[in-house]
Amino acid sequence: MPVVAIAPFVGVPKDTVDRFHGNQLLYVGWDKHLMFYAPVCLCLPPSMTFGDLVRGSLSEAWSVHPQWSSIDWSAARWLRSGEPFEPDFERSLADNGIGHKEVLRLQTPGLEALPGAV
Amino acid sequence: MDMNVKKKLGLKEKYALMTRGLGWETTYESMDAVFPQTRYEGIRIHDWDKWEDPFRLTMDAYWKYQAEKERKLYAIVDAYAQNNGHLGVTDARYINALKIFLSAVPSLEYNAHRGFARLGRELPGVGPQIACQMQAIDEIRHAQTQIHSLSNYNRFYNGFHDWKHMNDRLWYLSVPKSFFEDACTCGPFEFIIAIGFSFEYVLTNLVFVPFISGAAYNGDMGAMTFGFSAQSDEARHMTLGLEVIKFMLEQDPANLPIIQAWIDKWVWRGVRLLSIVAMLMDYMLPKRIMSWKEAWEVYFEENGMALFKDLARYGIKVPDCVELIKKEKDHLSHQAWNAFYTAGKITNFHTWLPTEEEMDWLSSKYPDTFDRLYRPRFEHYRELEKQGKRFYNTTLPMLCQVCQIPMMFTEADDPTQISYRQVTHQGDKYHFCSDHCQHIFEREPDKYVEAWLPAHQIWQGNCFAEGADPTAPDFDPLKSVLDYWHLAYGRDNLDFEGSEDQKNFAAWRAQATRN
Repeated sequence: MPVVAIAPFVGVPKDTVDRFHGNQLLYVGWDKHLMFYAPVCLCLPPSMTFGDLVRGSLSEAWSVHPQWSSIDWSAARWLRSGEPFEPDFERSLADNGIGHKEVLRLQTPGLEALPGAV
Repeated sequence: MDMNVKKKLGLKEKYALMTRGLGWETTYESMDAVFPQTRYEGIRIHDWDKWEDPFRLTMDAYWKYQAEKERKLYAIVDAYAQNNGHLGVTDARYINALKIFLSAVPSLEYNAHRGFARLGRELPGVGPQIACQMQAIDEIRHAQTQIHSLSNYNRFYNGFHDWKHMNDRLWYLSVPKSFFEDACTCGPFEFIIAIGFSFEYVLTNLVFVPFISGAAYNGDMGAMTFGFSAQSDEARHMTLGLEVIKFMLEQDPANLPIIQAWIDKWVWRGVRLLSIVAMLMDYMLPKRIMSWKEAWEVYFEENGMALFKDLARYGIKVPDCVELIKKEKDHLSHQAWNAFYTAGKITNFHTWLPTEEEMDWLSSKYPDTFDRLYRPRFEHYRELEKQGKRFYNTTLPMLCQVCQIPMMFTEADDPTQISYRQVTHQGDKYHFCSDHCQHIFEREPDKYVEAWLPAHQIWQGNCFAEGADPTAPDFDPLKSVLDYWHLAYGRDNLDFEGSEDQKNFAAWRAQATRN
């Protein structure tokens, strides 16, 4: 049942991509690094390259972590909607198959966070 | 002239005349047309007269009791204010718990008032009509007494100034707000199971203990008094919650699966809402009552389970989410404080690191988890503080589509891994903190696709200060969002250490004790 209501009711989604002024939402989490209490919610142009996402928004959010600068990007693993995924840093988010409200997870083997999963 | 003295009515007679005697079968309009909301949820009621009213309270007696309670309450609240009672609390950090209370709870009470007022009109039986009307009046009284009691703190401390405005806007307050609006937009039967049973009956002690016993433990006579003034009302509300579920289950066996699904949903919704209360108990009360984990064990695992045992004869089962909650009880408060401490730039209260002594208390209460997982995190923050780099998160968090809490909860069996769930609905992706929030969405997606998620609203540009121009070259989005929330940067937010509240409290207390 789509909703229990006294009369037929169709919900109007509040977060469709057309409401973000040409940008799209992207969520990114860094696994096992819980100093950042939740994945970040970003709003970015789909034409931004993956490399710019990492060097820009993610670096701004996470470079305060002592391990950020030690990440070996060639060994880093990514999940997209929970599935393994190999991003092309030179290509755009859209070309990397990253649509509106996609969720990415960064995994950095060898840097499994500090004690207490900081 | 003969005096014609009428015999006073006996209690039973009075109850019959003043409650049951007030109803009638309508004839100009059909009963279905007069009470149009009672059928669409699928609940079947055959005989409203089977409703038992355990209190047998009539309106005249109700007014008398309530007026007496009000007189006592306001006498104490006045005395507390006149004597600068606020300077007698254990420690000025405590006052931050009241800021959360004021910005979240009176709005819940007010919405409870609206919900029960609607039920008083929409339920066809006279017994429940009267009970719901009384509860509606109680709830608005609770909102008022809370506001009055806490207004005294607004004269002295930051962050209390615009709680109603913030309740409708500030990011984390969308959690309690959306919880209650979810309930208020349900049918009348689901509302009463959600609020009357699941919240007021099953979970109420878990709210009462931290706030009201917390106030008593920390020398806050004002907050304690409104709590106790509400307590006798709560007893009546709990009885109503229990009566209503038994009544509905006894009326028709077809009601069972519907009610079970509501209980599953609302126990989970309620527990998620209590995350902030868990944190308050373990981190914000300078003098602690018991740990969240202990409270959960006593009030839910013991008392709550006894209740479900009692309901088992109707076929009601313990909600599935209880298994997950059992695992989360060792983590919940720590994860919530980790979130608020690091989000301290965008809170309407101050945050701080627990002292060494407080950390020892936490490790004694959480021997399996605190030293292993959470102490190292706080020690890392302490190290940053020492270097003058107090850590603040600067980003917006990803939120759960249903509970609207940032995605800060970890997997049941791996406390180092954030729990992610997602579904695609009509081409759009939706994200959840847990299986239980996901299931709630899947049952009624048309309701939850409309969720007003603060992080998304900010990105849509709907949360900037009035008149702000986001295209201006010097536009500062964070500042504009804080203005929209009516949050004063550097006064209402940031760390307790160095805050105006901390300085003022210390100075005023010193004035009260020496020349």
